[in-house]
Amino acid sequence: MIRQLEPKADVLAGRERIVAGLRAILPAGEWGDGVIAEAVRLKPYETDGLSAYRQPPLAVVLPETTEQVAALLKFCQANGVRVIPRGAGTSLSGGALPMEDSVVMGLMRMNRILDIDYADRCAVVQAGVTNIGITNAVAGNGFFYAPDPSSQLACMIGGNVNMNSGGAHCLKYGVTANNLLGLKIVTIDGEIIDVGGAYLDAAGYDWLGLLTGSEGQLAVVTEVTVRILRSPEGARAMLAAFNSNEIAGACVDAIISSGIIPVALEFMDRPAIHACEAFAHAGYPLDAEAMLIIEVEGSLAEQDALLDRIKDICGKFEPLSLKVSQSAEESLAIWKGRKGAFGAVGRISPDYLCMDGTIPTSRLAEVLRRIGEMSDACGLKVANIFHAGDGNLHPLIMFDANDPASFQRAETFGADILKLCVEVGGCLTGEHGVGVEKRDLMGVQFSAIELEQMRRIKGAFDPDWLLNPSKVFPLLEVATPALANAA
Amino acid sequence: MEVSPAETALAATIADSARTGEALAVWGNASKHRMLRPVRVTRSVSSRDLTGITLYAPKELVISARAGTPLAEIERTLAQSGQHLIAEPPDFSLLMGTAGPQTLGGVVATNLSGPRRVAWGAMRDHVLGVRAINGAGEIVHSGGRVLKNVTGLDLCKLLTGSHGTLGLLTEITLKVLPAPERTGSLVLRGQDAARAVTSMSAALGSPYGVSAAAYLPAAAAKAIGQDSAMTLIRIEDFSASVAYRLDRLRAELGAHGESSDLLDDAMSRWIWRMIANAAPLDAAHEEAVWRVSVRPSAGPAVMAALVPLGAKIFMDWGGGLVWIAGPASVAAHQAVTDAARAAAGTWMVFRAPEALRLAVDVIPPEPAPLARIGVRVKAAMDPRGILNPGRMRAGA
Repeated sequence: MIRQLEPKADVLAGRERIVAGLRAILPAGEWGDGVIAEAVRLKPYETDGLSAYRQPPLAVVLPETTEQVAALLKFCQANGVRVIPRGAGTSLSGGALPMEDSVVMGLMRMNRILDIDYADRCAVVQAGVTNIGITNAVAGNGFFYAPDPSSQLACMIGGNVNMNSGGAHCLKYGVTANNLLGLKIVTIDGEIIDVGGAYLDAAGYDWLGLLTGSEGQLAVVTEVTVRILRSPEGARAMLAAFNSNEIAGACVDAIISSGIIPVALEFMDRPAIHACEAFAHAGYPLDAEAMLIIEVEGSLAEQDALLDRIKDICGKFEPLSLKVSQSAEESLAIWKGRKGAFGAVGRISPDYLCMDGTIPTSRLAEVLRRIGEMSDACGLKVANIFHAGDGNLHPLIMFDANDPASFQRAETFGADILKLCVEVGGCLTGEHGVGVEKRDLMGVQFSAIELEQMRRIKGAFDPDWLLNPSKVFPLLEVATPALANAA
Repeated sequence: MEVSPAETALAATIADSARTGEALAVWGNASKHRMLRPVRVTRSVSSRDLTGITLYAPKELVISARAGTPLAEIERTLAQSGQHLIAEPPDFSLLMGTAGPQTLGGVVATNLSGPRRVAWGAMRDHVLGVRAINGAGEIVHSGGRVLKNVTGLDLCKLLTGSHGTLGLLTEITLKVLPAPERTGSLVLRGQDAARAVTSMSAALGSPYGVSAAAYLPAAAAKAIGQDSAMTLIRIEDFSASVAYRLDRLRAELGAHGESSDLLDDAMSRWIWRMIANAAPLDAAHEEAVWRVSVRPSAGPAVMAALVPLGAKIFMDWGGGLVWIAGPASVAAHQAVTDAARAAAGTWMVFRAPEALRLAVDVIPPEPAPLARIGVRVKAAMDPRGILNPGRMRAGA
């Protein structure tokens, strides 16, 4: 079990009083009970997308309005109760893992789209609206919301903001932080604050940028103003298969150097190709060591022109095959394999850990070779999926959770991969967040002074360290939060 | 990112001031010192001697340079590899009346972006990593040299646009992109502000990848030698795409029967540089300059409120950025901020004589709970409050 901060004895002892206090703020409404405290009903909240770690919370609250969020936070602060904000619970880094003495604040009932403005190209949505829900709401007018994490059917915009989620198309469109205009947040002392709005570049400090990716440690997000974009005239994908990871990596460099920025540029190694093909039947080349999915946008003529140029470039790298999608259905099938990669690996291995480091793309071949060596050494298989254009690597480490030794080896293997990412000039996490999973590796990437600097900023928002306090920072470092707030 | 002796020396200077509590003005080349509020202290630290590009990997779309590197040097280096800075940072030396070349650190510390901002993001969107010296004299880094990175709090964004009040930037890594093969513009002539914003919204909401949209009323157009009100819409792409997309836009936007024409590559590049640098404003030396940012559809209302008062105005960012020049008076300032508030937007005194900058809020006050957090964040970065005191707000 992952270590967390010591539960507060007074909070555990005061459980009944605290639950009664929460119920007084959140009486049963049209959705039913807004406070969950029965063991059996807490079960679904004991974990998130990183299901290796589990911990039932003290209680779960499901507010329906920003004002309720404010009243609940005020109550929690007054009673010294820790709060774990939660969207859909799809975090792959354990960002929503509860603590024994914590209240999980689920935002999923705040799922309304409040305003869509096509002329000004923005929408205001509540935190519990799903990522795809935004795109679905505006697609009829030809618009979309750009960041598209693989979990986009389930994950919620509030969680996307807190983790600064990416996706397969951020090479062109950027990550969550690049697609936001404003937030409505509630601080731990129950203050409701609007940050930014339906305009660009609010004056003063960039609170919007600081809050984005803050992993639920600064405030609770209840509303989000997002940029919506007009969809391109069309898009088409192609597959290119190569004899080695090195050759495919060199081809990626050549495409970028040519001045073309494809809207997506995805890399899969042999184990990933096989797993995904068995799942999606997308026509992936099973004889290849590495494969690229390359997508371009524009009119049909523009797509043809770009794909011709890309085919010419790929041709110089002795491709095993080049296949341009001939229809929208074929493009969908190509993406079905990639977006279903996690499920596909789940079919061939009882369990897997999904890593998320980023590396300079020039180091790709070397990093994949060393991951292969680590895999051989620890006896665990790994499939690599990679946002090749931006260097974000997703090794999927396969293990068997019923075998504790296997899980432990997988954790060590994962940590070694992330250390390697930092060693070659990259970082621990490109889009999944630090959460609880990578917390103890933060010292690999940051100095003690830097961790202390970030902790002081968290303390500026949350002086008592009540918001998601067991995450992001190594626990030893948080053992004396009072000291961290002294400044 | 290597530690340089000059950086260590600057850190020691700041640590020294932190001990004595003596405030410091924090600068690059001070080319934007007429922005916001004056810093009235005697000692200063500058990053201008920290120069040089420390990493450029065109295939990885990243460049790192020390903060004092002249921006022009970075732009030249990128151009040699056919790349450019995504946010199109302007050159305000004429508007500000300053001669020294602006530095990379200065552009990032002020988060100033050009016309491309409306489609491709601000400077802050492309800062991948920073090194900075905080107010305790400690060197901290945030982010890194890779395109995707969510490890830890994003101090890159907090420091970008903080005008040297939270730290002295010493090294910056930016995402860059291939420069377009060709630039072209569609001009619709003679529109009023409301019609112009309707056209610009249609263009920016089209599938054609418009990279900028601006409106110059007749007076602003005249200031750069043009003879009628201009609504400008820019495409930057491969040559064939520019021609195709401008044709489509011209057909789709021409429904109102305004006369329209196309600007070629050279003319486009020139006129968008003028717009980036706010040249159409034609601000007189003694006038104040404001920037108001609103939702684009509110731009015409801001204009309508201020034109009768004699203000000079034009709009960029599809109507969302309203540039205003007018008398450097408290009354004029009040009119600008009233118009911005009525449009639920934000504003900034961009340039003004010291007297006005000391007399008024140069940026909007924050709601009290946020202001309290702001004071604590400032203390978390600069415990003694020695860095650029009063630059953004009086007494802060």
